[in-house]
Amino acid sequence: MLDKKINHPLHAKTDIPVRFSEETLERVRKIIERYPAGKQKSALLPLLHMAQEEFLGYLSVDVMDYIASLLEIQPIEVYEVATFYSQYYLDPVGKNVIEICRTGPCAICGGEAIQSYLEQKLAIKTGETTPDGLFTLKAVECLGACGSAPVMQVNTEFYEFLTEEKIDHILDDLRRKSSEEKPEASKWKEKFF
Amino acid sequence: MERKILLKNVDVPGIRTFEVYRSTGGYDSVEKALKKMTPDEVVEEVKMSGLRGRGGAGFPAGMKWSFIDKKSGNPRYLICNADESEPGTFKDRYLMEKLPHLLIEGMICSCYALGANTGYIYVRGEYKYIIGILNQAILEAYEKGFLGKNILGTAFNLDIHVHSGAGAYICGEETAQIESLEGKRGNPRIKPPFPAVVGLYGCPTVVNNVETLANIGFIVNNGGGEYAKYGVGKSTGTKLISACGNINNPGVYEIELGLSVREFLYDPKYCGGVKNGKELKAVIAGGSSVPILPASLILKTAAGEERLMTYESLADGGFVSGTMLGSGGFIVYDEDACIVRNTWNLARFYHHESCGQCSPCREGTGWMESVLHRIENGHGRTKDIDLLVSIASKIEGNTICPLGDAAAWPIASAIRHFRHEFEEHVLHPEKCINSTIRQFDDVTIS
Ligand SMILES: Cc1cc2nc3c(=O)[nH]c(=O)nc-3n(C[C@H](O)[C@H](O)[C@H](O)COP(=O)(O)O)c2cc1C
Ligand code: SF4
Ligand code: FES
Repeated sequence: MLDKKINHPLHAKTDIPVRFSEETLERVRKIIERYPAGKQKSALLPLLHMAQEEFLGYLSVDVMDYIASLLEIQPIEVYEVATFYSQYYLDPVGKNVIEICRTGPCAICGGEAIQSYLEQKLAIKTGETTPDGLFTLKAVECLGACGSAPVMQVNTEFYEFLTEEKIDHILDDLRRKSSEEKPEASKWKEKFF
Repeated sequence: MERKILLKNVDVPGIRTFEVYRSTGGYDSVEKALKKMTPDEVVEEVKMSGLRGRGGAGFPAGMKWSFIDKKSGNPRYLICNADESEPGTFKDRYLMEKLPHLLIEGMICSCYALGANTGYIYVRGEYKYIIGILNQAILEAYEKGFLGKNILGTAFNLDIHVHSGAGAYICGEETAQIESLEGKRGNPRIKPPFPAVVGLYGCPTVVNNVETLANIGFIVNNGGGEYAKYGVGKSTGTKLISACGNINNPGVYEIELGLSVREFLYDPKYCGGVKNGKELKAVIAGGSSVPILPASLILKTAAGEERLMTYESLADGGFVSGTMLGSGGFIVYDEDACIVRNTWNLARFYHHESCGQCSPCREGTGWMESVLHRIENGHGRTKDIDLLVSIASKIEGNTICPLGDAAAWPIASAIRHFRHEFEEHVLHPEKCINSTIRQFDDVTIS
């Protein structure tokens, strides 16, 4: 089952003020309009993607409560969704989340070796975050790109036909870009215009 | 001669834009349907085409449409299923990335036929960049008057929206998808009632796969009879096959149904044979949920006939010696592939993806994963193999949705056709033919 444990006490509060920018709120209104009146809860999944990206990289209780208030639904309705879907993170993650595909077709094309190599290069186990906070490594199920196996996704960008040399290159590149802001064009809210 | 319906124009430069797509005859079907045909006439053509659902189950599309409840007076919805999470399947991604307008054109005709004024495309969250491509195409279609109010000056209004999933295989199941679209966990609903009567927001709803809908434009333009001239028997038309695993040319191919498996597997136009000159060991022909077949049974049926890429031929022999066309995810295994390890891998997938509503699926998939893990790691017991068969048989048919069956079949079939390999693993685990894979046994299982 996908259910994940929420590690924070339910009332854990972060210090970060939770409020979308006016511009994002305009997007939010447009997304809600895609569903019939009174069915605004339908916007929950896209909004959680945007919230995770805009605030902390994961969904804190504050963030989930904020989304509940935006959609005029109960916080529990948000928690039960956030715990169900694997793309929502409930614990802090590194700046870059590496999701390596572990499913059959990738596995028979060398995916397991690539996963081991990532663990070795980052000096962490799958599921952990590097001490410098730059990388979290996760293993995920089939990413729908099996023809380019082995594949991984970093912050929802795809990397295909992976080899050890490619991994070296990608990690170096991500390290170099670590101080830069994420390009606007790749953000969730830019995909819903 | 290769005959194509969907990917005919895929290589035309700029085909992703409205202008170029329109210049190749794109959206002609919308003009024809809206101006010259009644909705029922469109449904009739789709029925006549023999088009079967391309999402996996192969249910006739026209028949599904005719079940839609027109009496309730409630709004009707069309949902395009772009959740595509079945391991080995990546054809819908290809279609949406290359030809987003083909899907939108098909959806407009389909919504017209169904009397739906709203359509949603449910895209798996991992395909984030596809969401951008689709929204761009939708925007263009609105600007050109093919979406919105009074389309082409007719009385027909239609809005199409993209909705994102967030990582859950089960949301590909149609009723789970409806729940997810309502902003809930993806727990499948008990059927009946079927979505055609009680679907999204309790209203009549049709859920169709991306590829199914992409075929509708051709059927409207050329007539169902013309479509039915492609393919053989009840397997009409073409099918996108996504080929992967140990082959020379992995990728997405449009084949006319009826092509022989041998040709698909060995012709350089398609898979181009097994990689590195190795022997073929096994094939999963229709996505990870369908039974695996050994080389001997995938090329020829048990009766010795040439196996064809059709719904009927692949299913020949039932689950004893046949399989299914499924979603068209064609996974090829060479002689070095370890069937035990692969079966454990898939069992882990289904355990992870079970929504947890029914005990046989929730608990059974967990047991199958642990028992297979034990065998794979050299701690198996002889009776474990029959234990697996027994668990699989107790899940099958006893659950709310077909994920339970989908979890049971790969395991039951792997044991049916490769029992000796499981026995060998129990008795002599150190001798696993796939020592190159086994050295990664300590890869973290999360
Ligand atoms: C566990 C499970 C996962 C499924 N995943 C998908 C999917 O990713 N895409 C899809 O089109 N159909 C999927 N289906 C089939 C759908 O329930 C449904 O039958 C299909 O979308 C109907 O469209 P079609 O008739 O055009 O094939 C899945 C079914 C099950 C049981
Ligand atoms: S069969 Fe499995 S996935 Fe389907 S409803 Fe039951 S528990 Fe959920
Ligand atoms: S198995 Fe890795 S992308 Fe499908």
